[in-house]
Amino acid sequence: MALTAFLEISHLRKVYGDNVAVSDFNISVERGEFICFIGTSGSGKTTTMRMINRMNEPTSGTIKINGEDVTKMDPVKLRRRIGYVIQNIGLLPHLTIKDNILMVPKMLKWDQKRMDERAVEMIKMAELPEDYLDRYPSELSGGQQQRVGVVRALAADQELILMDEPFGALDPITRDALQDLVKDLQERLGKTFVFVTHDMDEALKLSTRIVVMSHGEEVQVDSPEEILRHPANKFVADLIGEDRLIQAKPTITTVGQIARPAVSIVQTATLREALTLMHKTRVDTLLVTDPDGILRGYVDLEVINDHFRTADTVESVMNPKVFYVRQSAVISDTVDRILKRGYRNVPVVDNAGKLTGIVTRAALVDMVYDALGSGTSNDDGQDRSTDGPRTDIGTTDVKEGAHAVDPTPDDKEEVPANNGHLS
Amino acid sequence: MVTFLNQYGGQLMQELGEHIYISAVALALGVIVAVPLGILLTRAKKIAGFVIGLTSVLQTIPAMALLAMMIPIFGIGTTPAIVALFIYSLMPILRNTYIGMSDVNPNLLDAAKGMGMSNWQSIKWVEFPQAAGVIMSGIRLSGTYVIAWTALASYIGAGGLGDMIFNGLNLYRGDLILGGSIPAIILALVVDWLLGLVEKKVTPATTQEV
Ligand SMILES: Nc1ncnc2c1ncn2[C@@H]1O[C@H](COP(=O)(O)OP(=O)(O)OP(=O)(O)O)[C@@H](O)[C@H]1O
Ligand SMILES: [Mg+2]
Repeated sequence: MALTAFLEISHLRKVYGDNVAVSDFNISVERGEFICFIGTSGSGKTTTMRMINRMNEPTSGTIKINGEDVTKMDPVKLRRRIGYVIQNIGLLPHLTIKDNILMVPKMLKWDQKRMDERAVEMIKMAELPEDYLDRYPSELSGGQQQRVGVVRALAADQELILMDEPFGALDPITRDALQDLVKDLQERLGKTFVFVTHDMDEALKLSTRIVVMSHGEEVQVDSPEEILRHPANKFVADLIGEDRLIQAKPTITTVGQIARPAVSIVQTATLREALTLMHKTRVDTLLVTDPDGILRGYVDLEVINDHFRTADTVESVMNPKVFYVRQSAVISDTVDRILKRGYRNVPVVDNAGKLTGIVTRAALVDMVYDALGSGTSNDDGQDRSTDGPRTDIGTTDVKEGAHAVDPTPDDKEEVPANNGHLS
Repeated sequence: MVTFLNQYGGQLMQELGEHIYISAVALALGVIVAVPLGILLTRAKKIAGFVIGLTSVLQTIPAMALLAMMIPIFGIGTTPAIVALFIYSLMPILRNTYIGMSDVNPNLLDAAKGMGMSNWQSIKWVEFPQAAGVIMSGIRLSGTYVIAWTALASYIGAGGLGDMIFNGLNLYRGDLILGGSIPAIILALVVDWLLGLVEKKVTPATTQEV
């Protein structure tokens, strides 16, 4: 990681007099990441960000971009390589939009033809009409100006873009559109963003990782879903807000959280032992594990009945093709596949493949009922679950879910592992 | 009026020419010195107060006294007058340049620096264009002062419309006094108006314009 990191900040510290603005900040950012700094006012977000392009000089610590120590670089040259967008936009009012966009290319002495082409390309990227290039900033709306502000930061092909609360002053609809714009730039062009915000929804929507800051310290650095699922402490939880935590619940509950104990038997047990266990626990199917508890298959009453006199161990008659889910999988991503297959129960395993429980169909029905119930009684909540931050969470976890199920492709899963309770 | 122009027309034109020449040279020198100095002072804020204070002190010296002080150094004639008027023109230009440059929206400066502008580029592309209106209004103020004080400069033999005014005063001739002062007033108004146009033109738009 240390070798490949695009942006590497270690032990960064900034002191103003006896006020510690940033104390020991560390992060390692990969190319193409979208990092959001969030935290209370005065927590050192801006100060940290501005040390990256040397608008502020660190008291101590190092910042490396592509392995190069920024404090050893010419600050003017460094800044031309890094896009910089601030809340107040900072378009130069006496210059046309075109001249504003081309400021850095001009400093880098691009030839005129290349600059002309670049201006057109950039105004398109900002989703503005081409003739806006000849306008002055005062002839554009605030949102349009900030669009220009964003593409200006990319005009010279900067790889790293720093943004300090760029959309704070915009109305929600404009802000939303601009968030889509920057997210698209990150995903499509592979730009790396460091983005300061006060707005948790914004951070959840945009980030690949969120840095929660308080009093100059990193409190938590994690993906949005991790922050939602496991806030490091009360400060982070408060910052996320109770509403969001509750709303996040139906979609981010993991399989493990609703699993119940499974009835299982080791593969070396005899069929008689299996039958006794079935009788005692009143189930018609048993999950089979090896002595380490790793899930190996299942046996049902019918099989035991057929082979009771010809075989002696469970292992020799069990069906090894068992559909299972990982306990870390998110319910919302797995519920469909479970319900579609018509299983009454699905075994749950940990990352090592060890059986940890089962998910019953009844528990899933409860989950779906809750989710739909809250959806119809609260339109806002429903909206959030479709275009809000959780869209991102969903995408990430689908991969995880798919991976968990992969070892048993569909055609081999004819027989469900019905560790079903007879009742 | 007609007879006055017939009799003094030639002299009037010549004195008007001298007047414009003296004022223009003094003002031009003032601009050449005070604008760069004002810009420089924004990069050396520690001494800015001192330098601006000094020019303010020079400004408070009565015009007559300053003109008289020039005589031992430069003798009499046009040169000492221009030097004295130049000194007078410094303060408004210097102060406005300094204030205009210092008052540029800090967000713009931050954005400019963040984009990778050098100090000089920031002055050239951001601060100076932004401050141009304020600087121009300083120049305009100096311009009208200088035109007015050039009238006094004939006292040390510089020529200009002051000659006619002082003549009129000496001879108790109201027509000469008016004949000298009215063109001087008109000149000041015209210059003020022209420089006002320039000022408007260079002032950057900050609000919506159509
Ligand atoms: N130039 C400065 N001189 C002295 N102290 C400063 C300076 N800049 C910032 N600070 C202090 O450093 C601390 C961190 O400030 P910073 O601007 O980084 O906070 P922030 O997290 O960006 O806050 P906000 O959300 O309000 O923008 C604050 O206590 C602030 O007062
Ligand atoms: Mg800040």
